[in-house]
This record gives sequence, structure tokens and C-alpha cells, in this order.
Amino acid sequence: MAYLPNGADERRQMLEIVGASSVDDLFAAVPDRLRHHRLDLPAPLAEQDLVAELERLAARNHPLGELDSFLGAGVYRRYIPAIVRAAVARPEFYTAYTPYQAEASQGTLQTIFEFQSMICDLTGLDVANASLYDGATATAEGVMMAVAHTGRNRVIVAADLHPETLAVIRTYTRGRGVEVLTSDDASRTVGAEDACVVVAQPGFFGTVDEIGPAAQAARAAGAVSICCADPIACTLLVPPGDLGFDITTGDGQPLGIAPSFGGPHLGFMAVRQELMRRMPGRLVGLARDHHGRRAYALTLQAREQHIRREKATSNICTNHALTALAATVYMARMGAGGLRRVAEVSAQRAHHLAARLSGLDGISLAEPDRPYLWEFALRVTGDARDFARAMRREGIVAGLPLGGVAPGRSDQILVCCTETSTPASLDRYVTAASRVVARAEVNR
Amino acid sequence: MTGAPEPPTSGPPVPAAAWAGDEPLVFELSADVEGGPREVECGVPELPLEQLLPGVALRTRPAAIPAVPEPVLARHLGRLARRNHSLHQGIYPLGSCTMKYNPAVDEELAGLDGFADLHPYQDGDDVQGALQLMWELERHLCEITGMARISLQPAAGAHGEWTGLRMIQAYHAARGDTRRTRVLIPDSAHGTNPASAAMAGLEVMTIRSNADGTVDVADVSRQLDSSVAAIMMTNPNTLGVFEKDILEIAGIAHQAGSLLYYDGANLNALVGLARPGDMGFDVVHLNLHKTFSTPHGGGGPGSGPVGVAESLVAFLPVPTVERDGDRFVLDHDRPQSIGKVRSYYGNFGMLVRAYAYIRAYGSSISEVAQDAVLNARYLQARLRHLFPMAVTSDSMHEFVASTRGSRVEGLRAIDVAKRLLDYGVYAPTAYFPTTVPEALMFEPTETESKRSLDLLASICDAIVAEAERDLDYVKSAPHQTPVSRVDEVEAARRPVLRWKPEA
Repeated sequence: MAYLPNGADERRQMLEIVGASSVDDLFAAVPDRLRHHRLDLPAPLAEQDLVAELERLAARNHPLGELDSFLGAGVYRRYIPAIVRAAVARPEFYTAYTPYQAEASQGTLQTIFEFQSMICDLTGLDVANASLYDGATATAEGVMMAVAHTGRNRVIVAADLHPETLAVIRTYTRGRGVEVLTSDDASRTVGAEDACVVVAQPGFFGTVDEIGPAAQAARAAGAVSICCADPIACTLLVPPGDLGFDITTGDGQPLGIAPSFGGPHLGFMAVRQELMRRMPGRLVGLARDHHGRRAYALTLQAREQHIRREKATSNICTNHALTALAATVYMARMGAGGLRRVAEVSAQRAHHLAARLSGLDGISLAEPDRPYLWEFALRVTGDARDFARAMRREGIVAGLPLGGVAPGRSDQILVCCTETSTPASLDRYVTAASRVVARAEVNR
Repeated sequence: MTGAPEPPTSGPPVPAAAWAGDEPLVFELSADVEGGPREVECGVPELPLEQLLPGVALRTRPAAIPAVPEPVLARHLGRLARRNHSLHQGIYPLGSCTMKYNPAVDEELAGLDGFADLHPYQDGDDVQGALQLMWELERHLCEITGMARISLQPAAGAHGEWTGLRMIQAYHAARGDTRRTRVLIPDSAHGTNPASAAMAGLEVMTIRSNADGTVDVADVSRQLDSSVAAIMMTNPNTLGVFEKDILEIAGIAHQAGSLLYYDGANLNALVGLARPGDMGFDVVHLNLHKTFSTPHGGGGPGSGPVGVAESLVAFLPVPTVERDGDRFVLDHDRPQSIGKVRSYYGNFGMLVRAYAYIRAYGSSISEVAQDAVLNARYLQARLRHLFPMAVTSDSMHEFVASTRGSRVEGLRAIDVAKRLLDYGVYAPTAYFPTTVPEALMFEPTETESKRSLDLLASICDAIVAEAERDLDYVKSAPHQTPVSRVDEVEAARRPVLRWKPEA
């Protein structure tokens, strides 16, 4: 069958050596009443039929590349250099597992060591781990680290943290006696009863606020400061570590990883040296082999579940090594200069688009006085979902209507530009938007 | 992997094979932190950054990430790839990890633009195929496990465990039963079980195993009381032995008001043949990267869907995927839900691969379990004369051998594990379960041919024979890998976890 190398002859020979008369004999320990003989599953498929079936499902979707997309909101369609895909398509990387046997896993180990180093440099912190699941769980893990570190049970979360991240923090803390408080000004809210303050850079609505005071206020209150950062933004803005943050978490998806309907993406975490032993997840360290040669190995495993069981810093085992490899290759290909250029082009195009759109009747920037990077909330007339639907009919995914995530913002849409948003697509956005607005005016 | 060179006594190292020597770090391959590849044209009038971002503090010192020219980077990756053992080079009998072949077509399918180039916040009309795939995958996994509903959201097995335990807590809480703060876990369980319980705020109680490797029912009865929220079990367990008393355990657990949790790490032994739901399990997590063949990626991404019986459906993470006529929708409005356990809807790319895998086998998927068990039993039979087995009972898809009691005194599990690497075989899981001294846990999976198993058996024969002749040689293995035995103790004593630019 599909992927089974042995045939009837081999099976017969093997059964003979085992001393069983049939394959059924091998399952003698399973009580009869538990044997399920007919599963209601579709018939097996030949490879070409399987491909046709999946292509049929794929064709029921409208991928971003077919459209002019201005959706961001935590997941970004950035250009992925071909060498990134080529690297993660190598079976030497994608078919291996956690590098328990260092001597036969130096490839994976070295790429993780490189990844850790790059994340430290990006964030301005001392120690980064091998990866976590996504930005939301990485931040929730950071919160639980802070709770364990301080012995305190309240956390202050900036109101403009990504709503999915806030939701995941709530799930992680619920049942642990930890209270989550959202605040518009985390630096003024944090106090001596708080385990940590969590802020975002940029915020969910694309804006860049001065976040340094939150880190300083947390320090003064004896709390841990956590910045949830966009990795590309770290190349343009003063990195969180330099601003005094103790922990930086985030999602590495913008670093060469496809949107893929929300996953797999890449959680990352970097911390100050003092927090190293509280970190969740794998850490790869520099080592020497018996001949004194440079080598790499999993290290500080006494934090981890397979050694410490219920006393571990986290339950994480399988993380996101392959997407971390994608991010490593992406960053090495681009370099800090290339990454910064990606950030700049995205920001330039976003500001250009924002200026042109806010020149249209009935459209304005929701927060014209706040600086932003490559995402901005646009105010339209009426329900932003109607605007989005009308734009979609013009072949444009205009952004994320915000009513669903921020009740007071139902007339706003979050618009994003990246280096893949071509100048021609910006023109089409403006043209379509003026038509949509004009039609809405006529219908009023 | 062949021919690591002896280190030269003086002068610069001259490796025997170009790829075998020390591989520079990317930071040593380029120093260009300002430039980068050819830039995309901005195409719109550019404003000075100070005007674009008024009052924002910009980074003045670039990150120390060099742009590596593509040809140099390609070779770096090629050389690193050769320093990895992988499934495409040889058998990977890592017990409890189910290192089966990852079908090439599944990689292609997950990469289709219609899947990979979708944004999680696109309008439902634009992603009907993706939602349908998730809906159908959930149905197939329900059929395979015997559960009522499944959430595809958890990102890995351990994440599924914790999600399942959170639902169990919500279930008890909804019934006003707030005293259930403990979880019973067998001594042979994966470390993730107690770690997940602790993360959920539950206290861990250990259940003893019998000499035959199965859970001691009497010990379960003794410890079961109104403080127990759940019993977590793996079936077959980590010794590869089917828990023959599972129906009895389910009975006494439920009678005591406890739920029963199934760790799906070992489902490959039973897929298509027996269902956790029929055994009485209330919550089940699956590892799509084990049983359903999504690649292990050097340590993820995996995927850890978690299924529940009817009585726990209300507590599933949001959103669920629902069918409304011929339309598929995400349902966020589930008031009793435990909430979100990660962003968006799960590791969708992994779901595509698992879906394709299940569709390839379809109703014949039990052949996977049959060959997985036959392969393990055959390999075990071929190794019995070399290593004592941890238990006398018949194992299923994996088995645990021990070097203690082999014919070479002083031969340890780590020695065999490291010497196997020289022969192009990855090591079995060593020193786990911790209840077995000098444990070597072999799981060949169904995708190894008889020829490959024969080769592994003869390599083990050769290693024991070598150890008889020259134990030190085996103890100093590996000898043929790109680096020799790595000093992990020293690495942990003075951790160096990153490259640093010279000050």
C-alpha cells in the first residue's frame, strides 16, 4: 500500500521469525470487543487522485497572490527568497527530529545556535531559545515565567496587544490564580503587586509608542517587563533590550515563513541572562568534542520536561525548529541591512498609501497624530465590513475590519503594506476606494 | 557519514573531506551588516525617516546579522545538511517518536498557493477549501479515535496534553466539582504528561507499573478518590505494551468521577484497529507528526489535535469549524470554551499533510499499525539474543531493551547509541523510560523494509562483538561522525548560547 515497503513474502518470513501465525496474532493483547474492524473512511487514493482531490480543495480558496492584499494584523505576506524554501525542503533538515544525538545532528544544532544568536542581536538581549510555537504562546510563556520569577499573581497587559495573544495569555493564566489587567498606559498602572507588564512594538493597530517607560516602571516596581515585538521592526527601532526590557517575545512569521492560514509560524523568546534558567524550551550551546573541535549540543536540559517532569519550566518538547531554520536562512540572506530595507520600504509605501487615501472624501486616518510603521487604522463612512466587501468585489483585500476585535472601531479597517505591496497595487487600492466611496455616497 | 579527520597537531586544519571540518558560523562567512541583497525599488516617493516616524527612537547600531552572499549561504546549508542524520539516509528508530517516512507528495501539497498563501483573517468566502479540509480532517480523526469532536488548534503533543487537561478542569468546574486538583500518571509516562499537568496547576501523583510493564490496577484504585481530576495513560504504553486492563481502569476511574486521558504518542500501534474512545478515554491527543506522518522538522513544527467525548465538547478551544449546509464557518461563539490555546486555528500546513496522508490510506489505514507492529516484533526477535528485554510481555510498535545483562559487562546504553551513529543509524531513545536501567527504546515504524531491519540487527550484532573485543573502542564512539563524542557536561557548566561580535 501507499508507503509500506514490505510485501507478502517479507511479512511471511518475519512472522515466522516472530513465531506468530498471522498478523492478527500480534494484536492478541487487545480485547476482541475493542477491535474495530471497519472504519468509515473514504477509499484509498492513488497519488495522482490524491493530488487532484487536494488541488480541488485548494482551488476553493483565493490565495493572497491572486488578489491585491493589504491584510496584516499579525501575519504578513513578505517576499520569501527562493533559498529559504530550498533550505527547508532538504530532507536532511525536515525529516530529522530533536537533535538528541549531537554527533549526528550538528547541522540542526548549528542552525539553531545561529538562530539564537540572531534573535539575541535583533532584540538586544542575552539569551534566546531554539523556538516556541508562535508569538502568542511565546508571550504567554513569558508571562508565566514572570509569575514564577516574582511570585506575584497579577499581570498588566497593554490594551493594544494582539487580541489573539491576549486571549492566549488569558487561557494560560486562568486556573493558576493569575489576574490579567489590560491598560492603556502600562507604565502608570504597574505596581508592587504585579508580576509583569506586557507591551507590544508595534501595537496591534500598527502604531509605535514610547515603550521604554513601561520597562523602567516595571523595574522600579520589581516586576518583569515583556515586549512583544515584530522582528522586522526590531531592525528599524531601538531594540527592546536596549530600552530595558527583560524579555522579548514575538512571532517570527515575517522572517521568511508563509502565512499558511495561520500556521505553522514561529514563536521566539529572548531574555536577560538572569532569567536564563527559567526559560522554557530547547537551548543549544557551544561545546567541544573529545578532540577539542567546535561542536554544538542541547544544553541546560535540567529545565526541561523529559528530565524534570512536573518541576520543569514548561511542558514544551517539540517546538518549531524548521520554521526557525527558515527564519535563520532568511535573516542570513537579507542581513541586518536588507531587513532594515524591508522595514523601510514597507513603511514608505504604507505612508504613501495612507496619505493618498486620507485625501479621499469620507476616508481618514483613525489616529492621525500617532506614528506608525506599515499598518494604520483607516476610518471609513459606515461599517468597515461593507467597505471591505465592496473592495473585495474589486479584487482587493482592503485590510481587517476592526469591529470584530475592537468594538469601538467598527468604522475602521486595519490596512497593511509590505515590500510585496507593489506601487501598482497601491494605485489600484486608491482607485477602487474612490469608486467604493463614491458609490456609497450615491446610495446614501 | 564517513571519514572525520584526525585533528592536525599544528598549523591550520586541513580536513580530509571539505565538508567534514569545522563549519563556520554565518557570522564568520560575511561581515556585511549594512548592505544586503539587491533592494526592491520602493516605487513611491520616499520621505526621510524622521518625518515618517516623528519622535520615534530609531536603531542606530545595526543588528550583527551579516548578509551572506547566496552562493556562500547555499554551500553553508549544504555542508550543514551533510552533518545531520535524517530519514533519507538511514533508519531512525527513535522510540516513542514514530520516525516514519514523510511522503514527498504531502510536502508538495502543503506548498500549494491555495493553502500556503492564505491569510487567517481572509473572509470566509475566500477560504472555503481550507475550512472544508479542516472539517473533513476532524471527521476522519474522530472516526479513527472514536471521539465526538476534535480541536486542531494545539501546536504539538505537549500543547494538546495541556489543552486536554484544561478542558478536564473546565468540565469538573462546570459541574461544581472544584476539589479535583490531582492527576494520576504512570511512572513510565512521557515527561510531558507531568509537566503539562503542572502547567495546568494540577498536582501529579505517580502510579506504579507491574512487572509486565502495565499499570498496576490496585495502585490506581488505592489512589483514586474525589480529588482526582484525571488519569493520564499512554496505550500501548512507553514500554510498547498494551494496557490489557484498560476497560477495568476506565470503569473504576469513571466510577470515582475521574476522567481518562489518552496520550496519543503511541497510536501508530493501533491506528485503524482499535480506538481510544472505545477503551473509555474521554480526552485524546494525537501527534500528527508521529502517527500521521507530518515531518519532524528537526524538532517541529508538529501538531497536536485534541479530541473529546460528547460530555466535553462545550469546552473545546475556540474557534471550531462548523458546517452550515455546503458552507464552512468558524464558530467563535462558544461560551463554555476554555478559550484560545494559540493564535489562529492550528498548524494548518501540518493539517494539510496529515489530511493527505489519511486520504492516501483511507479505509486501509490499519495496514499502518499492522506493519508497524510486525516490524517492531521482528526487530525485537532479531535482537533478543543480544539484549535482555525490559518486560516479558509482547510488545507492539516499539520495545525497550537494556544493555544491562548483555554478554558484555560494562556495555552501556549510551555506548550502543553512539556506536550506532558510526554505522549510519540514528540511536534509539536511550535512558527512557526511566524505570528501565540502561534502556534502549526501538521503534522502527512501518516504513522500514525487512532488509533495513536485518541491517540494523546485524549492526547491533557487530557492535556487541566489537565491545567483546575492545570495549574502550565502543565506549569512545562515535568515530565516523563529523564530530566525536560531544562534552555536554562542560557545555552545560559554562553555557555559551550565542555568537557574539568581538567587542
